Amino acid sequence: MDVDERTTADHVGLQEKTITVTVNGNSYQRTVPVRRSLVDFLREDLGLTGSHVGCEHGVCGACTILLDREPIRACLMFAVQADGTELTTVEGLTWGEELHPIQQAFWDHHGLQCGFCTPGFLLTTYDFLREKHGATEPEIREALSGNLCRCTGYQGIVRSVQAADETWER
Amino acid sequence: MKPAPFDYLAPTGVEETLDVLQEYGDEAKVLAGGQSLVPMLNFRLARPAVLVDLNQVAGLDGIQAEDGALRIGATTRQRSLERHVSSRPAGGPEDLLRQALGYIGHPQIRARGTVGGSLAHADPAAELPAAVSALGATLVIRSAEGTREVPPEEFFEGFFTTSLAADELLTEIRLPPWPEGTRGAFLEVSRRRGDFAQVAVAAVVTVADGRITRAGLAVAGAAPSTVQAHSVVDGLVGSEPDTGVIAELAGNFAAQLDPPPDTHGPAEYRRHLARHLLQRAIAQATGLAGPRAASAA
Repeated sequence: MDVDERTTADHVGLQEKTITVTVNGNSYQRTVPVRRSLVDFLREDLGLTGSHVGCEHGVCGACTILLDREPIRACLMFAVQADGTELTTVEGLTWGEELHPIQQAFWDHHGLQCGFCTPGFLLTTYDFLREKHGATEPEIREALSGNLCRCTGYQGIVRSVQAADETWER
Repeated sequence: MKPAPFDYLAPTGVEETLDVLQEYGDEAKVLAGGQSLVPMLNFRLARPAVLVDLNQVAGLDGIQAEDGALRIGATTRQRSLERHVSSRPAGGPEDLLRQALGYIGHPQIRARGTVGGSLAHADPAAELPAAVSALGATLVIRSAEGTREVPPEEFFEGFFTTSLAADELLTEIRLPPWPEGTRGAFLEVSRRRGDFAQVAVAAVVTVADGRITRAGLAVAGAAPSTVQAHSVVDGLVGSEPDTGVIAELAGNFAAQLDPPPDTHGPAEYRRHLARHLLQRAIAQATGLAGPRAASAA
């Protein structure tokens, strides 16, 4: 059925919804179309363009953020589904003007080249290292397997995560 | 904006959800974790008029362990189940789940993906349909008309197809306890970590007094849907575990599979994987072999 041709009276549910989300500690209230993805909401409605939109079907991991402390693909959720949740994006990782130890490790160990995939890698690493100390290389590679990088060949990224494992006091 | 327009409904109770499904039927699509449906919406391969979001429905998620049995609410996140089974003692269905869940996508996928969603999506190469088939699960299905309980073989009907009617909802997965002497093995070969299986095998075997008394065997990725290896089970039950017998039964079963060839290899390759993974999984589940890394396949 082509829903574009429906009149307002035909609609059975919502096409727009007002939602309240907490992003990096700040509360936002916005009215959004129900089919707007969470990552588009972050970028276009809130201006938080750190989360990147890559494949838009859950393969590349560039849009990885934390939703209620769990790492998720922000391209595979609708913004309306995030109503009432707490999100962390790469903008929330930085300690004020100072880079987070994970970011510093990526800087120090060539964990990025073009940087497109980096926000996703940072949040994935944050989630992984929060629970894990003394990670082995196979464990790191498995933890990062849901994020794609087309520049570095992953060597630098794995080294960065190993370094952050040592430097991040948690 | 990627998906075609839809009307969004987010019911908060099971009854309300069932009423909505009864009212909108084929026009509605149920959204659980969204890890398969949202890509289909983004590509506009699916264009439902009404999207029914289950994520606000109370009482559809949660895990209950009782006397060795496990009841899993349909919207339980795969990562929640993973955490639950990692802390449970050995000797129950948790053993097989512990091995299988890590193969599903990536942590980011499992954090949203649900147990019931994966089953209802019925991807022929997915891990959970094979796991619940080998585990002899009971799938609880509800509609506004009533409740029915079906075994996996009456649920998985074919390529991305289940016996769920448009007004029905998978609400719970029940896994029976394991008798003494039961072991499980879940083995998979895929191109990359986190990919769907090229072939995966789930094996649950009970050995008592040196003989195999029951077995559940399921193969993913080698047919239009998860298939149970009934001929192998029939050949095994009543006999003593024997590598020669296992190899012959697995070989005969795999030879009858007709997997579609794809860019990753010809049908013969998947038959080869099915044969070897079956052999190894049964050997592990009967205690003839210890666990080994699947990447050595």
